Amino acid sequence: MAKLHVETTINGEPAEFLCEPQETLLSALRNGVGLTGTKEGCATGDCGACSVLLDGRLVPSCLVLAPEAQDRTVTTIEGLAPSSPGANHDTLHPLQQKFLEHAALQCGFCTPGFLVAAKALLDANPDPSETEIRYWLAGNLCRCTGYDKIVRAVQDAAKEIRAAR
Amino acid sequence: MPAIRYEAPRSVADAVRLIGADPGARVLAGGTDLLVQFRAGVRQPTAFIDIKRIPELVGIRVDASGLHLGAATAAAVICEHDEVKRLWPGFVEAVHLIGSTQIQGRGTVGGNLCNASPAADTTCALIVNRAECVIAGPKGERTVAAEAFCTGPGRNVLEPGEFLVAIRMPRPAPRTADAYLRLIPRSEMDIAVAGAGVSVTLDASGVCTAARIAVGAVAPTALLVPDAARVLIGSRIDEAALARAGEAASAAARPIDDKRGTVEYRRTIAGVLTRRAAAVAAQRAIEK
Repeated sequence: MAKLHVETTINGEPAEFLCEPQETLLSALRNGVGLTGTKEGCATGDCGACSVLLDGRLVPSCLVLAPEAQDRTVTTIEGLAPSSPGANHDTLHPLQQKFLEHAALQCGFCTPGFLVAAKALLDANPDPSETEIRYWLAGNLCRCTGYDKIVRAVQDAAKEIRAAR
Repeated sequence: MPAIRYEAPRSVADAVRLIGADPGARVLAGGTDLLVQFRAGVRQPTAFIDIKRIPELVGIRVDASGLHLGAATAAAVICEHDEVKRLWPGFVEAVHLIGSTQIQGRGTVGGNLCNASPAADTTCALIVNRAECVIAGPKGERTVAAEAFCTGPGRNVLEPGEFLVAIRMPRPAPRTADAYLRLIPRSEMDIAVAGAGVSVTLDASGVCTAARIAVGAVAPTALLVPDAARVLIGSRIDEAALARAGEAASAAARPIDDKRGTVEYRRTIAGVLTRRAAAVAAQRAIEK
Protein backbone atom coordinates (compact mmCIF):
# COMPACT_ATOMS: atom_id res chain seq x y z
CA MET A 1 0.00 0.00 0.00
CA ALA A 2 1.26 3.41 -0.94
CA LYS A 3 2.17 5.58 1.98
CA LEU A 4 0.16 8.69 2.67
CA HIS A 5 1.74 12.09 2.21
CA VAL A 6 0.86 14.44 5.08
CA GLU A 7 1.49 18.17 5.11
CA THR A 8 1.28 19.82 8.48
CA THR A 9 2.92 22.38 10.74
CA ILE A 10 5.27 21.14 13.44
CA ASN A 11 6.66 23.54 16.02
CA GLY A 12 5.76 26.52 13.87
CA GLU A 13 7.44 25.24 10.71
CA PRO A 14 5.77 23.69 7.66
CA ALA A 15 6.51 19.97 7.67
CA GLU A 16 5.64 16.92 5.61
CA PHE A 17 6.04 13.21 6.11
CA LEU A 18 5.03 9.86 4.67
CA CYS A 19 3.09 7.44 6.87
CA GLU A 20 1.03 4.28 6.87
CA PRO A 21 -2.73 4.91 7.18
CA GLN A 22 -2.86 3.22 10.60
CA GLU A 23 0.41 4.69 11.88
CA THR A 24 0.21 6.85 14.98
CA LEU A 25 1.24 10.48 15.08
CA LEU A 26 3.74 9.40 17.75
CA SER A 27 5.39 6.99 15.34
CA ALA A 28 5.39 9.51 12.48
CA LEU A 29 7.00 12.17 14.68
CA ARG A 30 9.72 9.81 15.89
CA ASN A 31 10.37 7.72 12.79
CA GLY A 32 9.14 9.90 9.92
CA VAL A 33 10.13 13.37 11.07
CA GLY A 34 13.02 12.40 13.36
CA LEU A 35 11.70 14.23 16.40
CA THR A 36 12.46 11.65 19.07
CA GLY A 37 11.78 13.83 22.10
CA THR A 38 8.20 12.55 22.28
CA LYS A 39 8.31 9.15 24.03
CA GLU A 40 6.25 6.00 23.77
CA GLY A 41 5.32 4.67 27.20
CA CYS A 42 2.16 2.58 27.30
CA ALA A 43 0.86 3.23 23.75
CA THR A 44 -2.69 3.07 25.14
CA GLY A 45 -3.24 6.64 26.32
CA ASP A 46 -2.64 5.93 30.01
CA CYS A 47 0.83 7.33 30.74
CA GLY A 48 1.16 10.73 29.06
CA ALA A 49 4.74 10.21 27.85
CA CYS A 50 3.68 10.90 24.24
CA SER A 51 1.83 14.15 25.01
CA VAL A 52 1.81 16.76 22.23
CA LEU A 53 -0.35 19.74 21.38
CA LEU A 54 -2.60 19.28 18.33
CA ASP A 55 -4.05 22.64 17.27
CA GLY A 56 -3.06 23.80 20.76
CA ARG A 57 -4.99 21.00 22.51
CA LEU A 58 -3.13 18.53 24.76
CA VAL A 59 -3.50 15.01 23.32
CA PRO A 60 -1.78 11.62 23.60
CA SER A 61 -0.01 11.24 20.23
CA CYS A 62 -0.26 7.44 20.54
CA LEU A 63 -4.03 7.79 20.09
CA VAL A 64 -3.85 10.11 17.08
CA LEU A 65 -3.46 8.64 13.61
CA ALA A 66 -0.63 10.30 11.70
CA PRO A 67 -2.81 11.26 8.69
CA GLU A 68 -5.07 13.21 11.08
CA ALA A 69 -2.27 15.80 11.30
CA GLN A 70 -2.97 16.98 7.73
CA ASP A 71 -3.35 20.80 7.81
CA ARG A 72 -3.16 20.85 11.62
CA THR A 73 -0.51 22.33 13.90
CA VAL A 74 1.55 20.09 16.14
CA THR A 75 3.71 21.23 19.03
CA THR A 76 6.20 18.76 20.50
CA ILE A 77 8.75 19.01 23.28
CA GLU A 78 11.25 20.19 20.64
CA GLY A 79 9.08 23.29 20.15
CA LEU A 80 9.07 24.37 23.79
CA ALA A 81 12.34 26.30 23.99
CA PRO A 82 12.39 29.73 22.32
CA SER A 83 13.27 29.49 18.65
CA SER A 84 13.13 33.09 17.49
CA PRO A 85 15.97 34.06 15.16
CA GLY A 86 19.06 34.81 17.16
CA ALA A 87 17.81 32.99 20.24
CA ASN A 88 20.55 31.14 22.00
CA HIS A 89 20.05 27.47 21.23
CA ASP A 90 20.77 26.71 24.88
CA THR A 91 17.92 28.90 26.13
CA LEU A 92 15.33 26.72 27.82
CA HIS A 93 11.64 27.28 28.41
CA PRO A 94 11.07 28.31 32.05
CA LEU A 95 9.44 24.93 32.70
CA GLN A 96 12.50 23.09 31.41
CA GLN A 97 14.79 25.31 33.49
CA LYS A 98 12.73 24.80 36.64
CA PHE A 99 12.56 21.02 36.12
CA LEU A 100 16.37 21.07 36.14
CA GLU A 101 16.63 23.33 39.19
CA HIS A 102 14.11 21.33 41.21
CA ALA A 103 15.50 17.96 40.08
CA ALA A 104 12.00 17.16 38.84
CA LEU A 105 13.29 14.24 36.81
CA GLN A 106 15.40 11.18 37.37
CA CYS A 107 15.34 8.75 34.46
CA GLY A 108 13.75 11.47 32.30
CA PHE A 109 11.53 9.26 30.16
CA CYS A 110 8.29 10.88 31.29
CA THR A 111 9.74 14.39 31.29
CA PRO A 112 8.89 15.52 27.74
CA GLY A 113 5.26 14.56 28.32
CA PHE A 114 5.16 16.36 31.66
CA LEU A 115 6.67 19.49 30.12
CA VAL A 116 4.24 19.60 27.20
CA ALA A 117 1.29 18.95 29.53
CA ALA A 118 2.48 21.59 31.99
CA LYS A 119 2.90 24.10 29.16
CA ALA A 120 -0.70 23.48 28.09
CA LEU A 121 -1.79 24.09 31.69
CA LEU A 122 0.12 27.34 32.07
CA ASP A 123 -1.08 28.57 28.66
CA ALA A 124 -4.66 28.11 29.89
CA ASN A 125 -4.15 29.04 33.54
CA PRO A 126 -1.06 31.08 34.46
CA ASP A 127 -1.70 30.74 38.20
CA PRO A 128 -2.88 27.20 38.95
CA SER A 129 -3.30 25.93 42.51
CA GLU A 130 -1.39 22.85 43.61
CA THR A 131 -4.64 20.86 43.35
CA GLU A 132 -5.22 22.12 39.81
CA ILE A 133 -1.67 21.14 38.84
CA ARG A 134 -2.04 17.66 40.33
CA TYR A 135 -5.36 17.00 38.56
CA TRP A 136 -4.13 18.41 35.25
CA LEU A 137 -1.03 16.20 35.38
CA ALA A 138 -2.89 13.10 36.64
CA GLY A 139 -2.53 11.56 33.18
CA ASN A 140 1.27 11.80 33.25
CA LEU A 141 2.88 8.92 35.10
CA CYS A 142 6.34 9.15 36.69
CA ARG A 143 7.88 6.16 38.44
CA CYS A 144 10.92 8.02 39.82
CA THR A 145 10.15 11.36 41.41
CA GLY A 146 7.05 10.86 43.51
CA TYR A 147 5.61 13.92 41.71
CA ASP A 148 6.31 16.49 44.47
CA LYS A 149 9.34 17.94 42.74
CA ILE A 150 7.42 18.12 39.46
CA VAL A 151 4.61 20.06 41.14
CA ARG A 152 7.11 22.45 42.75
CA ALA A 153 8.86 22.99 39.41
CA VAL A 154 5.58 23.81 37.68
CA GLN A 155 4.60 26.22 40.47
CA ASP A 156 7.98 27.93 40.26
CA ALA A 157 7.88 28.16 36.46
CA ALA A 158 4.37 29.63 36.62
CA LYS A 159 5.63 32.25 39.04
CA GLU A 160 8.52 33.15 36.76
CA ILE A 161 6.33 33.33 33.67
CA ARG A 162 3.85 35.58 35.49
CA ALA A 163 6.66 37.85 36.67
CA ALA A 164 7.96 38.19 33.11
CA ARG A 165 4.58 39.40 31.82
CA MET B 1 -1.44 -7.72 6.95
CA PRO B 2 -4.08 -6.39 4.54
CA ALA B 3 -3.90 -2.70 3.80
CA ILE B 4 -5.93 -0.45 6.04
CA ARG B 5 -7.37 2.73 4.60
CA TYR B 6 -7.72 6.13 6.24
CA GLU B 7 -10.57 8.33 5.00
CA ALA B 8 -11.59 11.78 6.20
CA PRO B 9 -14.94 12.58 4.57
CA ARG B 10 -16.16 16.19 4.59
CA SER B 11 -19.89 15.51 4.72
CA VAL B 12 -22.32 13.16 6.46
CA ALA B 13 -23.41 11.85 3.05
CA ASP B 14 -19.83 10.98 2.10
CA ALA B 15 -19.31 9.28 5.46
CA VAL B 16 -22.48 7.21 5.05
CA ARG B 17 -21.28 6.14 1.60
CA LEU B 18 -17.81 5.16 2.86
CA ILE B 19 -19.13 3.27 5.89
CA GLY B 20 -21.82 1.53 3.85
CA ALA B 21 -19.36 0.44 1.15
CA ASP B 22 -17.05 -1.42 3.54
CA PRO B 23 -18.43 -3.62 6.32
CA GLY B 24 -14.99 -3.64 7.96
CA ALA B 25 -14.76 0.14 8.18
CA ARG B 26 -14.79 1.66 11.65
CA VAL B 27 -15.74 5.20 12.54
CA LEU B 28 -12.90 7.13 14.16
CA ALA B 29 -13.80 9.99 16.48
CA GLY B 30 -11.38 10.56 19.38
CA GLY B 31 -9.81 7.12 19.04
CA THR B 32 -9.44 6.67 22.80
CA ASP B 33 -11.33 3.36 22.64
CA LEU B 34 -11.00 2.35 18.98
CA LEU B 35 -7.24 2.78 18.63
CA VAL B 36 -6.59 0.99 21.93
CA GLN B 37 -8.80 -1.91 20.78
CA PHE B 38 -7.05 -1.89 17.38
CA ARG B 39 -3.62 -2.00 19.02
CA ALA B 40 -4.72 -4.85 21.28
CA GLY B 41 -5.99 -6.82 18.29
CA VAL B 42 -9.60 -6.73 19.54
CA ARG B 43 -10.69 -4.89 16.41
CA GLN B 44 -9.15 -5.25 12.96
CA PRO B 45 -10.81 -2.59 10.82
CA THR B 46 -10.25 -2.46 7.07
CA ALA B 47 -10.63 1.32 7.14
CA PHE B 48 -10.68 4.19 9.62
CA ILE B 49 -13.38 6.70 8.71
CA ASP B 50 -12.32 9.88 10.53
CA ILE B 51 -15.52 11.91 11.05
CA LYS B 52 -13.85 14.95 12.62
CA ARG B 53 -13.55 16.86 9.31
CA ILE B 54 -17.34 16.91 8.93
CA PRO B 55 -18.44 20.37 10.14
CA GLU B 56 -21.65 19.30 11.94
CA LEU B 57 -19.84 16.48 13.78
CA VAL B 58 -17.64 18.89 15.72
CA GLY B 59 -18.98 21.75 17.77
CA ILE B 60 -21.57 22.92 20.24
CA ARG B 61 -24.68 25.01 19.65
CA VAL B 62 -27.01 26.10 22.44
CA ASP B 63 -30.25 27.79 21.39
CA ALA B 64 -33.86 28.13 22.58
CA SER B 65 -34.50 24.45 21.94
CA GLY B 66 -31.44 23.27 23.85
CA LEU B 67 -28.08 21.68 23.12
CA HIS B 68 -26.92 20.45 19.75
CA LEU B 69 -23.63 18.61 20.29
CA GLY B 70 -21.60 17.25 17.40
CA ALA B 71 -20.90 13.61 18.28
CA ALA B 72 -17.16 13.99 17.66
CA THR B 73 -16.66 17.10 19.82
CA ALA B 74 -13.74 16.60 22.22
CA ALA B 75 -14.61 16.38 25.93
CA ALA B 76 -12.29 19.29 26.74
CA VAL B 77 -14.23 21.58 24.39
CA ILE B 78 -17.48 20.73 26.20
CA CYS B 79 -15.94 21.34 29.63
CA GLU B 80 -14.81 24.82 28.56
CA HIS B 81 -18.26 25.88 27.30
CA ASP B 82 -19.79 28.33 29.80
CA GLU B 83 -23.38 28.02 28.63
CA VAL B 84 -23.29 24.21 28.69
CA LYS B 85 -21.74 24.29 32.19
CA ARG B 86 -24.48 26.63 33.40
CA LEU B 87 -27.43 24.72 31.91
CA TRP B 88 -26.22 21.14 32.43
CA PRO B 89 -23.67 21.10 35.27
CA GLY B 90 -24.23 17.40 35.93
CA PHE B 91 -23.62 16.50 32.30
CA VAL B 92 -20.37 18.48 32.32
CA GLU B 93 -19.39 16.78 35.59
CA ALA B 94 -19.77 13.42 33.89
CA VAL B 95 -17.81 14.51 30.81
CA HIS B 96 -15.06 15.93 32.98
CA LEU B 97 -14.62 12.66 34.88
CA ILE B 98 -13.50 10.70 31.82
CA GLY B 99 -9.79 10.00 31.64
CA SER B 100 -6.89 12.42 31.86
CA THR B 101 -6.42 15.90 30.44
CA GLN B 102 -4.87 14.23 27.39
CA ILE B 103 -7.79 11.84 26.95
CA GLN B 104 -10.20 14.77 27.35
CA GLY B 105 -8.43 16.43 24.42
CA ARG B 106 -9.37 13.49 22.18
CA GLY B 107 -12.27 11.54 23.66
CA THR B 108 -15.85 12.41 22.70
CA VAL B 109 -19.31 11.96 24.20
CA GLY B 110 -20.45 10.30 21.00
CA GLY B 111 -17.65 7.78 21.30
CA ASN B 112 -18.33 7.23 24.99
CA LEU B 113 -21.93 6.37 24.11
CA CYS B 114 -21.13 4.22 21.05
CA ASN B 115 -18.48 2.24 22.95
CA ALA B 116 -21.42 1.17 25.14
CA SER B 117 -19.51 0.43 28.31
CA PRO B 118 -21.98 -0.17 31.16
CA ALA B 119 -19.75 2.13 33.24
CA ALA B 120 -19.63 5.02 30.72
CA ASP B 121 -19.93 8.17 32.79
CA THR B 122 -21.73 10.35 30.27
CA THR B 123 -24.52 7.90 29.51
CA CYS B 124 -26.41 8.37 32.81
CA ALA B 125 -26.14 12.14 32.42
CA LEU B 126 -27.47 11.98 28.84
CA ILE B 127 -30.37 9.77 29.92
CA VAL B 128 -31.54 12.00 32.77
CA ASN B 129 -31.36 15.05 30.50
CA ARG B 130 -33.66 13.33 27.94
CA ALA B 131 -30.93 13.33 25.31
CA GLU B 132 -31.72 12.16 21.79
CA CYS B 133 -29.13 10.50 19.58
CA VAL B 134 -29.18 11.60 15.94
CA ILE B 135 -28.10 8.74 13.70
CA ALA B 136 -27.28 8.94 9.97
CA GLY B 137 -27.32 5.95 7.68
CA PRO B 138 -28.15 4.63 4.22
CA LYS B 139 -31.89 5.03 4.90
CA GLY B 140 -31.53 8.62 6.12
CA GLU B 141 -31.62 10.10 9.58
CA ARG B 142 -33.32 8.73 12.69
CA THR B 143 -33.26 9.57 16.38
CA VAL B 144 -33.10 7.26 19.37
CA ALA B 145 -33.54 8.16 23.04
CA ALA B 146 -30.28 7.94 25.00
CA GLU B 147 -31.68 5.23 27.30
CA ALA B 148 -32.42 3.04 24.27
CA PHE B 149 -29.08 3.53 22.48
CA CYS B 150 -26.97 0.92 24.26
CA THR B 151 -28.25 -2.66 24.11
CA GLY B 152 -25.55 -4.46 26.10
CA PRO B 153 -21.86 -4.24 26.97
CA GLY B 154 -20.13 -3.00 23.79
CA ARG B 155 -23.39 -3.16 21.82
CA ASN B 156 -25.68 -0.41 20.55
CA VAL B 157 -28.58 0.16 18.16
CA LEU B 158 -26.45 1.27 15.21
CA GLU B 159 -27.24 -0.79 12.11
CA PRO B 160 -24.60 -1.57 9.48
CA GLY B 161 -23.74 1.64 7.65
CA GLU B 162 -25.04 3.91 10.39
CA PHE B 163 -23.13 6.28 12.64
CA LEU B 164 -23.89 8.73 15.42
CA VAL B 165 -23.95 12.32 14.15
CA ALA B 166 -25.13 14.42 17.08
CA ILE B 167 -26.68 14.46 20.51
CA ARG B 168 -29.55 16.80 21.30
CA MET B 169 -30.72 17.74 24.78
CA PRO B 170 -33.83 19.86 25.38
CA ARG B 171 -33.28 23.10 27.24
CA PRO B 172 -34.01 22.52 30.95
CA ALA B 173 -37.33 23.86 32.28
CA PRO B 174 -37.13 26.61 34.95
CA ARG B 175 -35.78 25.38 38.34
CA THR B 176 -34.42 22.23 36.71
CA ALA B 177 -30.90 20.98 37.43
CA ASP B 178 -28.84 17.83 37.07
CA ALA B 179 -25.96 16.14 38.89
CA TYR B 180 -23.76 13.11 38.31
CA LEU B 181 -21.65 11.23 40.85
CA ARG B 182 -19.57 8.10 40.52
CA LEU B 183 -17.44 6.02 42.83
CA ILE B 184 -13.92 4.98 41.90
CA PRO B 185 -11.29 3.55 44.26
CA ARG B 186 -8.86 6.42 43.60
CA SER B 187 -9.36 10.14 43.10
CA GLU B 188 -8.77 10.36 39.34
CA MET B 189 -8.43 8.29 36.17
CA ASP B 190 -10.45 5.17 36.83
CA ILE B 191 -13.62 3.39 35.73
CA ALA B 192 -16.82 3.71 37.78
CA VAL B 193 -17.69 1.01 40.32
CA ALA B 194 -21.11 2.63 40.18
CA GLY B 195 -22.50 5.95 38.97
CA ALA B 196 -25.73 7.89 39.33
CA GLY B 197 -27.24 10.75 37.34
CA VAL B 198 -30.22 12.77 38.51
CA SER B 199 -32.26 15.60 37.04
CA VAL B 200 -35.01 17.28 39.07
CA THR B 201 -37.50 20.08 38.44
CA LEU B 202 -38.94 22.04 41.37
CA ASP B 203 -41.95 24.31 41.48
CA ALA B 204 -41.76 27.81 42.99
CA SER B 205 -42.44 26.42 46.48
CA GLY B 206 -39.68 23.80 46.24
CA VAL B 207 -41.82 20.75 45.53
CA CYS B 208 -40.41 18.34 42.95
CA THR B 209 -42.59 18.20 39.84
CA ALA B 210 -40.40 16.08 37.58
CA ALA B 211 -37.37 13.84 38.03
CA ARG B 212 -35.18 11.44 36.07
CA ILE B 213 -32.70 9.07 37.67
CA ALA B 214 -30.24 6.74 35.93
CA VAL B 215 -27.59 4.44 37.38
CA GLY B 216 -24.46 3.15 35.67
CA ALA B 217 -22.08 0.20 36.05
CA VAL B 218 -24.72 -1.84 37.85
CA ALA B 219 -26.35 -3.55 34.83
CA PRO B 220 -25.42 -4.48 31.23
CA THR B 221 -26.38 -0.93 30.23
CA ALA B 222 -27.00 2.31 32.11
CA LEU B 223 -30.49 2.04 33.59
CA LEU B 224 -33.24 4.63 33.72
CA VAL B 225 -34.98 4.03 37.09
CA PRO B 226 -38.51 5.47 36.96
CA ASP B 227 -39.32 3.96 40.39
CA ALA B 228 -36.60 6.06 42.00
CA ALA B 229 -37.74 9.23 40.21
CA ARG B 230 -41.37 8.61 41.19
CA VAL B 231 -40.67 8.83 44.93
CA LEU B 232 -39.07 12.25 44.50
CA ILE B 233 -42.00 13.71 42.56
CA GLY B 234 -44.39 15.49 44.92
CA SER B 235 -41.78 15.62 47.69
CA ARG B 236 -39.57 18.47 48.81
CA ILE B 237 -36.62 16.12 48.21
CA ASP B 238 -36.16 15.82 51.98
CA GLU B 239 -34.14 13.13 53.72
CA ALA B 240 -37.00 10.63 53.68
CA ALA B 241 -37.61 11.06 49.94
CA LEU B 242 -33.88 10.85 49.20
CA ALA B 243 -33.59 7.64 51.22
CA ARG B 244 -36.50 6.05 49.36
CA ALA B 245 -35.05 7.10 45.98
CA GLY B 246 -31.75 5.49 46.96
CA GLU B 247 -33.53 2.27 47.97
CA ALA B 248 -35.38 2.21 44.63
CA ALA B 249 -32.11 2.67 42.73
CA SER B 250 -30.48 -0.16 44.71
CA ALA B 251 -33.47 -2.38 44.01
CA ALA B 252 -33.23 -1.71 40.27
CA ALA B 253 -29.50 -2.48 40.12
CA ARG B 254 -28.50 -5.80 38.55
CA PRO B 255 -24.73 -5.66 39.03
CA ILE B 256 -21.99 -8.24 38.56
CA ASP B 257 -19.05 -9.20 40.76
CA ASP B 258 -15.70 -8.17 39.34
CA LYS B 259 -12.35 -6.76 40.43
CA ARG B 260 -13.90 -3.32 40.96
CA GLY B 261 -16.64 -4.40 43.34
CA THR B 262 -19.02 -7.09 44.49
CA VAL B 263 -22.72 -7.32 43.70
CA GLU B 264 -23.67 -6.23 47.22
CA TYR B 265 -21.23 -3.32 47.27
CA ARG B 266 -22.35 -2.03 43.86
CA ARG B 267 -26.01 -2.33 44.80
CA THR B 268 -25.44 -0.35 48.01
CA ILE B 269 -23.28 2.29 46.34
CA ALA B 270 -25.80 2.83 43.53
CA GLY B 271 -28.31 3.83 46.20
CA VAL B 272 -25.87 6.05 48.08
CA LEU B 273 -24.82 7.88 44.90
CA THR B 274 -28.44 8.30 43.82
CA ARG B 275 -29.32 9.86 47.17
CA ARG B 276 -26.34 12.23 47.09
CA ALA B 277 -26.72 13.18 43.42
CA ALA B 278 -30.42 13.92 43.94
CA ALA B 279 -29.55 16.19 46.87
CA VAL B 280 -26.98 18.05 44.75
CA ALA B 281 -29.40 18.40 41.82
CA ALA B 282 -32.15 19.69 44.14
CA GLN B 283 -29.82 22.27 45.67
CA ARG B 284 -28.78 23.43 42.20
CA ALA B 285 -32.42 23.68 41.12
CA ILE B 286 -33.19 25.87 44.16
CA GLU B 287 -30.29 28.16 43.29
CA LYS B 288 -31.38 28.57 39.65
